[in-house]
Amino acid sequence: MSSLVILNVANGVVTGAFFVLMALGLSLILNLSGIINFAHGGFLALGGYIAFALSKYVGFLGALLLAPFLAAILGLAIEWTLIRRLYGRDPLYSLLLTFGLAFIFQDGTRYLWGAQGLPMAIPAFLAQPISDSLFFVTRYRLFNLAIVALIVALLFVLLRHTRFGIRIRAGTLDLETVAALGVNVRLLRSFNFGVGILLAGLGGVLAAGQFRLDPTMGDDYLMPSFIAIIVGGVGSLGGTVLGGLLIGIATGVTTVYLPSASEAVMYVMMAVVLLIRPRGLFGEEGMMS
Amino acid sequence: MSAVSLPWPKQLSHRPLWVAVIWLALLAAPYWMPLAGGYTALGTRVLVFGLAAMSLNFLLGFTGVLSFGHAAYFGLGAYGTGLVLKFLAPSTPLALVLGMLLGGVAGALLGALIVRRRGVYFAMVTIAFGQVFYYIAFRWHSVTGGDDGLRGFHRQPVDLGFATIDIVNNTIAFYYFVLGCFAVAVGVMAFLLRSPFGRTLLAIRENERRARYLGIPIEQHIWLAFVVSCLFMALAGGLDALLNNFADPHEIHYSRSGDLVIMAVMGGMRSFWGPLLGAAIFVVLEDYVSSLTQNWMSFIGLLFVVVVLLFPRGFLGFLQQERKV
Repeated sequence: MSSLVILNVANGVVTGAFFVLMALGLSLILNLSGIINFAHGGFLALGGYIAFALSKYVGFLGALLLAPFLAAILGLAIEWTLIRRLYGRDPLYSLLLTFGLAFIFQDGTRYLWGAQGLPMAIPAFLAQPISDSLFFVTRYRLFNLAIVALIVALLFVLLRHTRFGIRIRAGTLDLETVAALGVNVRLLRSFNFGVGILLAGLGGVLAAGQFRLDPTMGDDYLMPSFIAIIVGGVGSLGGTVLGGLLIGIATGVTTVYLPSASEAVMYVMMAVVLLIRPRGLFGEEGMMS
Repeated sequence: MSAVSLPWPKQLSHRPLWVAVIWLALLAAPYWMPLAGGYTALGTRVLVFGLAAMSLNFLLGFTGVLSFGHAAYFGLGAYGTGLVLKFLAPSTPLALVLGMLLGGVAGALLGALIVRRRGVYFAMVTIAFGQVFYYIAFRWHSVTGGDDGLRGFHRQPVDLGFATIDIVNNTIAFYYFVLGCFAVAVGVMAFLLRSPFGRTLLAIRENERRARYLGIPIEQHIWLAFVVSCLFMALAGGLDALLNNFADPHEIHYSRSGDLVIMAVMGGMRSFWGPLLGAAIFVVLEDYVSSLTQNWMSFIGLLFVVVVLLFPRGFLGFLQQERKV
């Protein structure tokens, strides 16, 4: 009984790790630029498909290194040509634009790679179970967790100790002052957007290895990521990480005891948080209004 | 939401001639649409989504809050109407009213949770809560039919006491039935917008802080506007279910909420009738383009991008601006 609980909590953490990658990227872009990137799920799927195409030549690990950067370059191109025009305008327009992009992405990946799910081959040493007693947990899940933990740690170091990171954090609080101090805000926003897409692309490659490739795969992560941001508190990246993990664990545990409610549980969490602590667990007062 | 520096077009609803033209066109639609290559059911669909987009615009354009989860209330109306017809009573008006109430009550409960949010956060919370109903429709197979949608119900003739209207087989009669519902709903919304309540909503849209300093209870007003919007959205959903004799879970998915917002924005969200124009363009394009190509989604995505970049104030706003220049 208790080992079953531990197992499902562990499973939930692995699922939550995907939510964390996706939600962190969304959160970065939302905090600095005030844009909800609906196309984020599309970038996630694209990262996975690019890795699928590359893995024939450079193998899974090579694709894991390259694909997120290629997705980020495409993200930067879209930021330069389209999204940049909408900074400072009514948020309605950036919502609609990224909504349209999400449609185009989904249709595009379906057109290029087909609507059928594609399996992504992972290296044999990762496909093995951890041990004989834990035969249902593959090493790949641990590998996923390790990568996500490493990336999240790197991101926090970047935000805390590099010039760019400090500017991003300052811009989240007061972009006007940051601009007045002579910081190139355009470049800052582009860089920040690129980092966000990089995280989505990485999530796509990892998810493709664990599940499979599917043009709508990003959709499954979009709502949990929104909820992770709201539950964790808008404006707090640490809160987003915690929110993602909490939702993953809650979903994992309910899948066992009440499978039909596994999708509903996160909405209940969001409703409870909004009732008891509207700003979210780590949110600043006033960030959400 | 309030910082709009460009002048917005004058309200079309203040020009009696235009309003008369719109109503005449709607009244005569079953007779002129076939000449333009349309058919009656397409006209009914335009009315249904026109009502949906206008209900959404009550919030979006006139109260100034960004609701992105309105497909949920459309779906609640559709499923509510369908379930009443299937399990409760074979009465079209009763089914519509109960469907409307289902959407209205859900809107009232969730609305109370979200009225303090603004801007993108309002959008985020509304879209996330909207998805709950998608999962319910999708998962509760024994009641809702799951992925296959709700089937097994049919619209019933409407008994007026002195006469019975056959809306079951006569598609033109059904068009006029929908037009009647549309007229009542649109009339109520127009009346509300001209009332002190509606004027207060405009004040909140233009400058929320100033309205608050004037002592207006902002949250109550936004909540009420949300409920009104959800009620009529659910009515539109119920009419859609009657039109198709079918309730579709995909109509509740959040991507449908985006379609509703683009209808309102494309037509012109600062004018009362703009969303009807947007819905007409959207529905006719959907009908035409999806018969030509598999890649309807790319097409609609491009439409979103084009509207945002070139026609941010919608076609009506664009036309008005051209005339001034």
